Amino acid sequence: MTALPQNTKTKLGLVIDLDICVGCHACSVNCKEWNTSGYHAPMTDTAPYGADPTGVWFNRVHAYEIQRPAGESQTVYFPKSCLHCEDAPCVTVCPTGASYKREEDGIVLVNEDLCIGCKLCSWACPYGAREYDSSEGVMKKCTLCIDKIYNENLPEESRQPACVSTCPANARHFGDLGDPDSDVSKMVKSRGGYDLMPEQNTKPVNKYLPPRTRQMGPNSITSKAKLEDASPDGGFLGWLDKVLSD
Amino acid sequence: MDGSQHPLEKSSIISDKVDTTTCYMCACRCGIKVHLLDGKIRYIEGNPNHPVNKGVLCAKGSAGIMQHYSPARLSKPLRRIGERGAGEFEEIEWDEALSIATAWLSSIRETDPKRLAFFTGRDQSQALTSWWAQQFGTPNYAAHGGFCSVNMATGGVYTFGSAFWEFSEPDWDNTKYFLMLGVAEDHDSNPIKMGLSKLKNRGAKFVSVNPIQTGYSAIADEWIGITPGTDGLFVMSLMHELLRAGKIDVDYLIRYTNAPYLVIQNPGEKDHGLFARDSKDQELCWDRARNKAVPFTDATLKPAMKGSFELPDGVKVRPVFELLAERYLDEQYSPDLVASQTGIKPETIRRIAAEIAEVAFENEITINQPWTDWRGQKHEKMIGRPVAMHAMRGISAHSNGFHTCRAIHLLQILLGSIDCPGGLRYKAPYPKGFNSLPKPTGHPDQIKPNTPLPGPHLGFVQGPEDLLLDNNNGPMRIDKAFSWDAPMASHGMMHTIITNAAKGDPYKIDLLFMYMANMAWNSSMNTAETISMLTAKDESSGDYKIPKIIYSDAFYSETVPYADLILPDTTYLERWDCISMLDRPISDAEGAADGIRHPVVQPDRDVRPFQDVLIDIGSRLGLPGLVKEDGSSRFPEGYKDYITNHERMPGVGSLAGFRGENGKEKGKGKPNKNQLDSYIENGCFWYDKIPKEARYFRHANASYLDYATKMGFIKEATPIIFNLYSEPQQKFKLSAQGHGRYIPPDQHKKRIEKYFDPLPIWYEPFDQAAIDTREYPLHALTQRPAAMYHSWGSQNAWLRQIHGTNRLYIPEELAKANNIIDEDWVFVSSRKGRIKVRVKLMKGVNSKTIWTWNGIGKRTGAWNLDDNAKEYTEGFLLNHLIDDLLPTNEHNYNYSNSDPITGQAAWFDVRVKIEKVPSKEQNEDTKSQPQFNRVKLPPTMPNRPNIIKYTVNKDDIK
Repeated sequence: MTALPQNTKTKLGLVIDLDICVGCHACSVNCKEWNTSGYHAPMTDTAPYGADPTGVWFNRVHAYEIQRPAGESQTVYFPKSCLHCEDAPCVTVCPTGASYKREEDGIVLVNEDLCIGCKLCSWACPYGAREYDSSEGVMKKCTLCIDKIYNENLPEESRQPACVSTCPANARHFGDLGDPDSDVSKMVKSRGGYDLMPEQNTKPVNKYLPPRTRQMGPNSITSKAKLEDASPDGGFLGWLDKVLSD
Repeated sequence: MDGSQHPLEKSSIISDKVDTTTCYMCACRCGIKVHLLDGKIRYIEGNPNHPVNKGVLCAKGSAGIMQHYSPARLSKPLRRIGERGAGEFEEIEWDEALSIATAWLSSIRETDPKRLAFFTGRDQSQALTSWWAQQFGTPNYAAHGGFCSVNMATGGVYTFGSAFWEFSEPDWDNTKYFLMLGVAEDHDSNPIKMGLSKLKNRGAKFVSVNPIQTGYSAIADEWIGITPGTDGLFVMSLMHELLRAGKIDVDYLIRYTNAPYLVIQNPGEKDHGLFARDSKDQELCWDRARNKAVPFTDATLKPAMKGSFELPDGVKVRPVFELLAERYLDEQYSPDLVASQTGIKPETIRRIAAEIAEVAFENEITINQPWTDWRGQKHEKMIGRPVAMHAMRGISAHSNGFHTCRAIHLLQILLGSIDCPGGLRYKAPYPKGFNSLPKPTGHPDQIKPNTPLPGPHLGFVQGPEDLLLDNNNGPMRIDKAFSWDAPMASHGMMHTIITNAAKGDPYKIDLLFMYMANMAWNSSMNTAETISMLTAKDESSGDYKIPKIIYSDAFYSETVPYADLILPDTTYLERWDCISMLDRPISDAEGAADGIRHPVVQPDRDVRPFQDVLIDIGSRLGLPGLVKEDGSSRFPEGYKDYITNHERMPGVGSLAGFRGENGKEKGKGKPNKNQLDSYIENGCFWYDKIPKEARYFRHANASYLDYATKMGFIKEATPIIFNLYSEPQQKFKLSAQGHGRYIPPDQHKKRIEKYFDPLPIWYEPFDQAAIDTREYPLHALTQRPAAMYHSWGSQNAWLRQIHGTNRLYIPEELAKANNIIDEDWVFVSSRKGRIKVRVKLMKGVNSKTIWTWNGIGKRTGAWNLDDNAKEYTEGFLLNHLIDDLLPTNEHNYNYSNSDPITGQAAWFDVRVKIEKVPSKEQNEDTKSQPQFNRVKLPPTMPNRPNIIKYTVNKDDIK
């Protein structure tokens, strides 16, 4: 019911590298810390010291275990936040116009003044990326740190989403995914970055980089399977003699 | 109207002040920028210029706000009025609290100073606390290293004059093959994540050897799910393979190690196994060309690395290297023979050895940087074997950890990869030769009323003569460190003090004084009995067996209810601190660095920084060094004053930067009254880039040794020779065989003889060897959650949403065999106890191992949580299963459950079994077991809100 822009001037978004995410939750907490005094302030925490503390988090890290074809297991950490989709169903479903996608940079935002807390957007989002603040009766979500990335009160190098600047593993990158020459676009290209759940046709701007091929067997920087004896005749000490006589 | 017309303030005012300081949410000591608005904390982020974290910040650091505004914070000094453990306190004023503490301490000091046991936990002010305890005169001081990672420190220092983590780091920019062993997601949090990212982006190979595939192991190219406690066997098997194939750097061994030293072969005699030395006490090697023994320092030495020789006096000798090769070439270390114990296939061990060798010797890297070694020989290039290793708790927390740690260093040394490009690099002020470091102080003649100790408590013994023994050959220290129980306990043994003090073994104490260590909960083994010792009373007198306990902490932890006097501490954002070169600084491989904390907010309650309090008490006691001749305080402004003005040696103080009257000197220099201002101006750290020619091979690099001497890191520019063969180990072995003046009592002889060995050995972990492994088939471990490690206090509203409860993770096949599914309750039992917990199934775990996150379970009442908080109801500790003592031996004695060499707490040795709670009881009493009485809260605790809407905003919009 709310229209999406035909085109956006830029497509700001995140590139998340699943090859090096160690699941440390730095992104989640730094995001919460920034945003609790940011555009969607506060990031309410209900029953913070009770049995079931429940807070507003724009970015959550999930852990999965998978079995590789060869049989061995692998733990995968998967950070998830709003993907700022080009065809954002959370926007088109919004009855009041509170959810909108910015024409200038493609960021999907919620105008809390217009939000009636009907939650249609959270039903429409296939990624579960919306966060309802029940105490305030409004929907909140990742703003891509809109009050940080353009903030002239911050030094240039700090004008990045909080999750990107804080990530200890450098697994998160920010930039214009609409510009094929941007660093993030090049990274997506070279690493085979992919859309999350493309069958949903939401055209997410954020991309994920898959885990690299493991350095094992034929793909490895090393190729040897075992070492040969130093000296078949004289054994190790014979070899040593030879080395020292050189 | 639609949302796009929404007015948007993109450049809101974030702060009216940005202060830098140093984080303290864990042990990493990252630099932070704290954004303040109207004096409130708006945002904490990493400091991009800081050498440790270079701008990044982890989950804990980002949750500092919630730690600061925690409802578990103490508000005022407390005096116990109820029984110990009940949590009944009255509030008192600081003056009274300090008078009580001073009175208790002064009567001890006047009579028998050793009746004070002063132990600190994870604080980072040991340069102050140890010095204070030295002035007091008690031998009973240590920090928490004995139950943390002393095996790593000691194993490293005795081998290559440094240690993993704090005094070294992998060459993240150059290494091509990284082997990480036993890192339970612990130290060194942010730098490891940053480093792994670099490795993976460069296409280096990362192998993680760990029974559990989480965190760092999740992104490893190869995960090797080793059986706990067998890493030593795995590493020795790698050495076996490398030796067998001749894939070792012989030149490096000759240049930098004691491989060519001659070892006396005189079995049964007092010099057997010691180095042959000349009349000037120089170690001898056999010169192949001259066919005679010459000192190692001889510039033209061409040493023999094998063979049996006879010295002119008839003494038979063999080079270290031959003994080493003989040991590890033995078939017992072949991949086929270690496979079943380690759980690693022989072909995997062979392949890893081959891969390491290939990278080290066929992918060497060269830096075109000339340098000169200590012998004066010039080298045109720096040649690197780009294999690096890192190891931590999974190696350390076993009773065979010391030798395993040494084995890992031996492996690196055989490859020639210590402090070469691509290898493991030193961090200043290390390397330091073990024989240049202080020996422990606290011999009987050094403990006198009203008298300081003449030296530091902790140090590195060189032989039995350096032990701290009483006149009956028993321990001098309450924790039995540096006694025959644990001769090389270089960090003390904090984990033994409560048991020993309660038993009066080796003697009784009057006062236990602790700081920031949760000893009545997750920092002790055998928690339930430890707690009962804190409340145990002497039957005849009715007094507590540990008569007085003073404790300082910022939070209402489980230990607070057990103290008689509480000195409430501040948070890290409210205090001065120094991250000192005298303790554990923040250097990286390229530069020497230290740092400070300073108050960025003022306390809003009646609490004081512990370090200020300690200095205040010291002045009240009139401790030498803390008062002037007229009796007035030497540091009237407290810790800040001490940091600036204290000198350990002339010109050497707490901080190495901005020294000298003009602030332009570094390393050494007179105190500078503006030093702290300079630090603050510089981002709260000081960093000195090491000269280019001095950045590798520092153990033997003339310019580095010269630099380190000028800076005051080392006393003289002598090389650090790597100890493949550790002579102090042999000295202890000889003493147990009856040689020398210092001989262990009979009850210790066998143990010393067996476990001290100059070349690393592997033996079955003690707790495992003591039980029937068929009855207890499983290993039980803890991992440190990246989002909580060292920030265990569950009062943090944000972090407890990530790790608010814990599960026992068990292998899927084990679950299947026992008909267990996710969320079932199970009993876990060890020889010590039984706990009831909930499980989660997992694929990526060693098939004989179960594990959980450390320190999540809490005692009801502590930390000011709601009574139904899951930390209380479902959370649990493994500690209840881990005995603090080994079973009674044939001498009717119980050793501490620790490494026999270093006294390191053997947390990870425990063996257990699991059993499903019967189906019909699964839904009854759904609480973890054991549960303890609820502790009451002190009179004034902060409000525990039902909702948090934390926001700091210019318009205070919400």
